[in-house]
Amino acid sequence: MADVIWGLATSHVPSIGAAMDRGKTEDPNWKDLFDGYAPAREWLAEHKPDVAIVVYNDHANGLDLDIIPTFGIGTADSYTVADEGYGPRQVPDVIGDPDLSLHLLESLVDEGFDLTVFQELEVDHGLTVPLSVWTPDPGDAWPCPVVPILVNVIQYPQPTASRCYALGQALGRAISSYRDDVTVGILGTGGMSHQLAGSRAGFINPEFDAMWLEKIQTDPAALAALSREELIRQAGSEGIELIMWLIMRGAMNPQVTKVHSHYFLPASNTAAGIALLDNRPA
Amino acid sequence: MTTATAPTTEGTPMSTPETGGRLNVPGTPIFDGQTSRRGLRLNKMLMSFRAAENRDRFSDDEAAYCTEFGLAPEQTQAVLDRDWTAMIDLGGSIFYVYKLAMMDGRSMQYLGGVFTGMTEEEFQAELRAGGRRDG
Ligand SMILES: [Fe+2]
Repeated sequence: MADVIWGLATSHVPSIGAAMDRGKTEDPNWKDLFDGYAPAREWLAEHKPDVAIVVYNDHANGLDLDIIPTFGIGTADSYTVADEGYGPRQVPDVIGDPDLSLHLLESLVDEGFDLTVFQELEVDHGLTVPLSVWTPDPGDAWPCPVVPILVNVIQYPQPTASRCYALGQALGRAISSYRDDVTVGILGTGGMSHQLAGSRAGFINPEFDAMWLEKIQTDPAALAALSREELIRQAGSEGIELIMWLIMRGAMNPQVTKVHSHYFLPASNTAAGIALLDNRPA
Repeated sequence: MTTATAPTTEGTPMSTPETGGRLNVPGTPIFDGQTSRRGLRLNKMLMSFRAAENRDRFSDDEAAYCTEFGLAPEQTQAVLDRDWTAMIDLGGSIFYVYKLAMMDGRSMQYLGGVFTGMTEEEFQAELRAGGRRDG
């Protein structure tokens, strides 16, 4: 059986990747963010999993609005890094793990989560920025193969927070029933509070974010009880993407240990947070 | 791509600019199903800007490119005028609208300034000061 060893919740703001790609991590506007990543990166470097699952959303790069899957999973051998308009990020392509993908798919469908299958997928900053947060200097390859799980957070109605949490719990069971003894890291991405459009653009809610950062470890069920409307109200129209953290958290044990967390603003228009949770029994 | 007869946004239930159909969060456009239906052709055109050759074709004749994608007249006008608020009101998704802004060398903070009636610098300063709050 496979084992989730850690969960990493992190924002996936494109400018975080751009700051790294352009060598701006020591810039005064960015330094505190990257200093805040350091302890998590050190710990993660010592706890390399055999495979990672990244829960993310696409932003008009790999998918358009013709088809809007509520939940999806990639089953490819590899995923190319999308050109988001001005050339792809200079980071390695993402190697997949189709055997694990297909096992997760079957197990999730059996539990009533009918995911859309992506046999081909270009991955955008939603997936690559979290990999960079984890591994700033990947060299020729990311640390391990990756299974992408996609969530519609762009077009209302997004899945509810409770459905995401339940999907995560089913994902945890699917991982444990895998035939191979492999270790798994799971990344829940997006957030934190932000809103890009409307006269409320620039909205940020540090009190809500602090609550979310704490409860993602200690009381995820309370977060899963929030309605779509409450999330948009309190976290902003784009901050609702925090629901993807609940898929990660649902796949973990009820009790997890916090390794590190950090909060920073602004990463362009967004509050950026990281929470690294150790899933091994204390 | 499919060309179609010029659609119109007339007759589509038009939510007031800053509200979605079901939710009413002040100052917050909700990109819901009706909005996405209204904006489909606009968003398809904006999506095409991922490719350099499409950006070039657009720049050569913006209005013709909008026509090719079957935009409604008011959507074309919003694009030609770079009326960012109108693009959102007419069904543009911010992630798609941003692709046009990038072509113009505009940042998300610039757009934030437009949406809130501030300069880019003022908007940026509010973010650096901890972001904007309700009320
Ligand atoms: Fe996102």
